[in-house]
Amino acid sequence: MRSSKLVAVAVLALCGAIPGGPARADDVTVKGSDTMVLLGQKWAEVYMASNPGTKIQVTGGGSGTGIAALANGTTDVAESSRPMKPQETEAAESKTGGKVKVLPVALDALSIYVAKSNPVEELSIPQLRKIYTGAVGNWKEVGGPDRPINLYSRENNSGTYVFFKEHVLSNDDFDPSAQTLPGTAAVVNAVAKDPDAIGYGGIAYAEGVKRLRVKKDDQAPAVEGTLENAQNGSYGLSRELYFFFVPGRNAAADRFAEWTVSPDGQKVVKDVGYYPLPNAK
Amino acid sequence: MSSSPAGRRTATTAVASAASESRRRAARRAERLFGAVVRTAAFAAILAIVLIFVFVGREALPLLRQGQAPGHGEEIVSWASLAGPTTYPDRPPRYVWQPVSAVPKYNLLPLVVGTLKTTLVAILFAGPLAVLAAILTSEFAPRWVSQVVKPTIELLAGIPSVVLGFFALMVLATWLQGLLGVRYRLNALTAGIGLGLAVIPIIYTVAEDALAAVPRSYREASYALGASRWETAVRIVVPAALPGIFAGVALGFGRAVGETMIVLMASGNAALATWPLTDSVRTLSATIAAELGEVVFGGPHYRVLFLLGVLLFVFTFAVNLAGELTVRRLRERLGGRA
Repeated sequence: MRSSKLVAVAVLALCGAIPGGPARADDVTVKGSDTMVLLGQKWAEVYMASNPGTKIQVTGGGSGTGIAALANGTTDVAESSRPMKPQETEAAESKTGGKVKVLPVALDALSIYVAKSNPVEELSIPQLRKIYTGAVGNWKEVGGPDRPINLYSRENNSGTYVFFKEHVLSNDDFDPSAQTLPGTAAVVNAVAKDPDAIGYGGIAYAEGVKRLRVKKDDQAPAVEGTLENAQNGSYGLSRELYFFFVPGRNAAADRFAEWTVSPDGQKVVKDVGYYPLPNAK
Repeated sequence: MSSSPAGRRTATTAVASAASESRRRAARRAERLFGAVVRTAAFAAILAIVLIFVFVGREALPLLRQGQAPGHGEEIVSWASLAGPTTYPDRPPRYVWQPVSAVPKYNLLPLVVGTLKTTLVAILFAGPLAVLAAILTSEFAPRWVSQVVKPTIELLAGIPSVVLGFFALMVLATWLQGLLGVRYRLNALTAGIGLGLAVIPIIYTVAEDALAAVPRSYREASYALGASRWETAVRIVVPAALPGIFAGVALGFGRAVGETMIVLMASGNAALATWPLTDSVRTLSATIAAELGEVVFGGPHYRVLFLLGVLLFVFTFAVNLAGELTVRRLRERLGGRA
């Protein structure tokens, strides 16, 4: 599954490198965040089933890659798990001559996993930062047993890795002892087997592990990563997932993007395991 | 290659004694054609290797020239950041491999250490086992035992490395952790033993062939002088086959350095530059496999990954060269004595 996706990405990357004519009017290309590839593909599948004239291609590569492609005109829609930086918006608008529309399309609540046998129930974001940068190396320093903390992380091509690094570590470096695993499922599997483990990943994967409540800072209340808390913003590790596009450049792409925030589109969000937007109609 | 003139000579005499001039000419033409095909194939293989090296090197070259990759000029990978360690204002310096970061860290040492650690474990595990098994099957075991052991070990070579990796990840890791009580399930030892499983058949096959190639007359001479089976094996046959055995170990080493799937799955992939074998490690090959798929084409990270490829290439080339030279020296020394 993963490798076939990689091959697809590679092939598409090669095709992108070869200058070709503009795509057919109803072709839509979507590129960007790896966190959103599954979501984007599912959206495309459902949308194409009811709109047989439209062909949608969804590839990953990372949020930054998608945004760069939007500026270069090689994709119609950029998927991103982070907001655009001002200079990215500027670059995209000066190159395409249009205005970039920022469309939040779904919510994700990043979860912190520990083994079920671990008595720790909650951690604050500053504590998580100390744990993952190596400043805190024992569970007893955060209210657990006198055991070393084993860190599990993601490969650095993961959007989740980048989000965690930015929002939890404030761009500091992971402790080198953090084991990097190839997917959220692998992190969950490793944490389930290791009583001293801590890991992070998407909300939809937490089988056989305990999800911790998260405090925004040491004084804040501990909050569970539920749909409600992600939607009202009280969960410190929730994030918006975005579509960026230039309206008016490709009508089919505009229609597709607007459809993702419709009730039908938001139902797909739930099916894939993310949270729909709070104001979803 | 070296057998082709001899083959040509025997073929020619056989034909000359039996057949007419035209048939001889046709045979010669077929011979020449065959020779050309073989030569082309051999040169194609060499050309492929050269081309691969040129390609990999060319992708890494802009980095070595300290230039900027076009279009991604904001980041330069300096020699200091490749050599490391990374320094911090609030904690001691350490070696960090975190290429995706606000400030990317490309310290290579942890990856080199990881590769060496897993390879060392693999060779220390697989080498003795494979060589002893080869001595057993060629010198001591009854015929039926050899006929079971030999194909079984060679069957190991047919197991896809992803299956060995899965075995190391799920079974071996749990088993070793239970046995040694180590902190990390996935570590250099687990990955190294998993790698060893892939290396055993390589060393075994080459060593077995080398032992079998020792002339029967050596053994008979030894027995005739009153030596026992043990004495003959240890003092005559093994020394005579030593160049071949060594070549097997060198080949196994090369395989262990480059093998990717097993270490990717079973090493834990934490880029640590530490001594203990029970720490997690990240190898050069696993790093390339994990990161190249989604890296920005032509960016600094992409180039550093190709630099890792060059390192791997140089690494295996150096090992093979050293192995070849040692084998030649051993052969000269032993040849002189025999």
